[in-house]
Amino acid sequence: MNPATASLYELLKQVTGYIYPNEIEVHWGILVVVYPYLTGLVAGAFILASLVKVFNVKELQPVYRLSLLTALAFIIIAPLPLLLHLGHPERSYEIFLTPNFTSAMAMFGFVYAWYLMVVLLLEIWFTYRRDIIIWSQGEKSVMRWIHKVISLFSTDTSEKSVEFDKKAVKAITIIGIPSAFLLHGYVGFIFGSIKANPWWSSVLMPIVFLFSAIVSGIALVILLYMILTPLRGEKISIGCLDKMASYLFYAVIVDFSLELLDFIHRLYESEESIKILSELVMNRLFISLGVIQVMLGMLLPLGVMICIKLFRFDEELRKLLYFVSVILIQLGIFATRWNVVIGGQMFSKSFRGLTAYKMELTGFEGFFMTLVLLILPFIVLSILIKILPPWDRSVERSLGERIA
Amino acid sequence: MKRRKFIERSLVMLAQFGVMGGIFRRAKAELKDYDPSKHYYGMGIQINKCIGCGKCVEACKAENGVPKEPFFFRTWVERYVIKKDNGVTVQSIDPRIERSYEAFAEKDILRSFFVPKLCNQCENPPCVQVCPVGATFKTADGVILVDADRCIGCRYCIQACPYGARYLNPETETADKCTFCYHRITKGLLPACVEVCPTQARIFGDVKSNASPLARFKRMNKIHVLKPSLNTEPKVTYSDLDGEVR
Repeated sequence: MNPATASLYELLKQVTGYIYPNEIEVHWGILVVVYPYLTGLVAGAFILASLVKVFNVKELQPVYRLSLLTALAFIIIAPLPLLLHLGHPERSYEIFLTPNFTSAMAMFGFVYAWYLMVVLLLEIWFTYRRDIIIWSQGEKSVMRWIHKVISLFSTDTSEKSVEFDKKAVKAITIIGIPSAFLLHGYVGFIFGSIKANPWWSSVLMPIVFLFSAIVSGIALVILLYMILTPLRGEKISIGCLDKMASYLFYAVIVDFSLELLDFIHRLYESEESIKILSELVMNRLFISLGVIQVMLGMLLPLGVMICIKLFRFDEELRKLLYFVSVILIQLGIFATRWNVVIGGQMFSKSFRGLTAYKMELTGFEGFFMTLVLLILPFIVLSILIKILPPWDRSVERSLGERIA
Repeated sequence: MKRRKFIERSLVMLAQFGVMGGIFRRAKAELKDYDPSKHYYGMGIQINKCIGCGKCVEACKAENGVPKEPFFFRTWVERYVIKKDNGVTVQSIDPRIERSYEAFAEKDILRSFFVPKLCNQCENPPCVQVCPVGATFKTADGVILVDADRCIGCRYCIQACPYGARYLNPETETADKCTFCYHRITKGLLPACVEVCPTQARIFGDVKSNASPLARFKRMNKIHVLKPSLNTEPKVTYSDLDGEVR
């Protein structure tokens, strides 16, 4: 017997009530929790970056490039958990070659390719083009060639070309915002469109996904900014931090309102599934939903941020509170993904019983693999930062010298 | 003596090849003669006739090579016990484990019955809608099938099925489900579960036909389908279906 099947006997003991016999296996495990978490960070980080270019929020300039690189690093890793969870990853190319157009999942290839190729790579290229050319001129050997290749052997650093870059970036960002909405809204639609599952089936699902994405993305960039800036021996711009926290605050409020609306709506309508869903929330999801997602991940940071708005704490205390809040929010959003994906499979579609989920330690669907997948984007990000430093001022300096 | 034996054996072998060739030719001819557009299959289930013997479950597993473990079923039978205090107990019966079901005192029981379940071969199948690569599809004769050579094992169809009729086959790592025994019905045979049922609780046939056991079943009974509100339009219909069944 295969070991995965053997472990199902263990789960059998934890089933309460009646479940259809095929339902014992939780089909979408931890890897499918990681996937929407990662794409959410992509969409959120990009939307934060676009605030700078489209809405001209000057305070956020210090994190503009960092946000873009973060989005790129995470989108490169995002499809990995999906690929690993497939029964036949070697056939995954079929999604691109013979997509079934009525399937939300089949659109994955197109949405992903569009977002990566048309939006992120182009925007980063236009943003960095002039800098890369200048960097490559002052470098030696490997790095020089890497930059030359990345710049696609462009050599024009004239004012006119830089002006064009700026226009292009603006245009791409304008296309990019709806694309970011599409990227994560679409992930929400994958769940929200399953009418067989009352925990998922909700028109609000794509919107809730989107706003929780924005929340997690902004929180991640704040965290990265707060860690990386002191590491480089620079001072954190409190103006930038306050502004980001402010956007985070509004995003959390919208996200919280949407989830509250969803909750009240379900409770008020009290459809056939309400009994089993209440049982699900009170038994299986009490810690991950009640405690981690709502209390620690949402209400506590929200309370902290309200306090920061109400009382003018001094800079150091504010930084500390922001730091704690964004970590809690990150934890909360991960719990949100868990509660949607795993929670939606822990009750039977007969509405008569609950099953259980036990994460393995090792193996593809295991805890260690999850850790690797969550750490990988940061490794990619550190490589990207090495190649495309988001805070390098040498370009401005060298330009200044040239003018002098 | 040796020569004689050789000739004897050769003759036997020749005869065997002849028979086998004949069988292959016949099988081929049957498939060639079969026109899916001339059929549209469905099943009727008479709940009052089911005695919960579980022979259909066993036959299905044997006929279709369904893994033996109790987590993979193309068809299963549920036992409902509705007690006088309105408590409902449901169990999926396992024919291999005798008396594995909870016992109730007769005086406490209001009503009790068995419900065979299988893929509903929906007219609007959500599993087909969500399959990203078109590995699960509806045939011209109305059966939902899975192409195991194309399935990528994403399990989206399993999530989309409201009836819990699908599972991931641990051997092939692809989605699997009831096919109405497609390999049998295209040869004019009955699905294994129908064939083996001792009380004829399952009636298989052409939904379009006017004179068939299925047509008669639909004429003589008040019939219902599972989860009609989801608009999947199942082609598996039930008579005497209790409101407690989901």
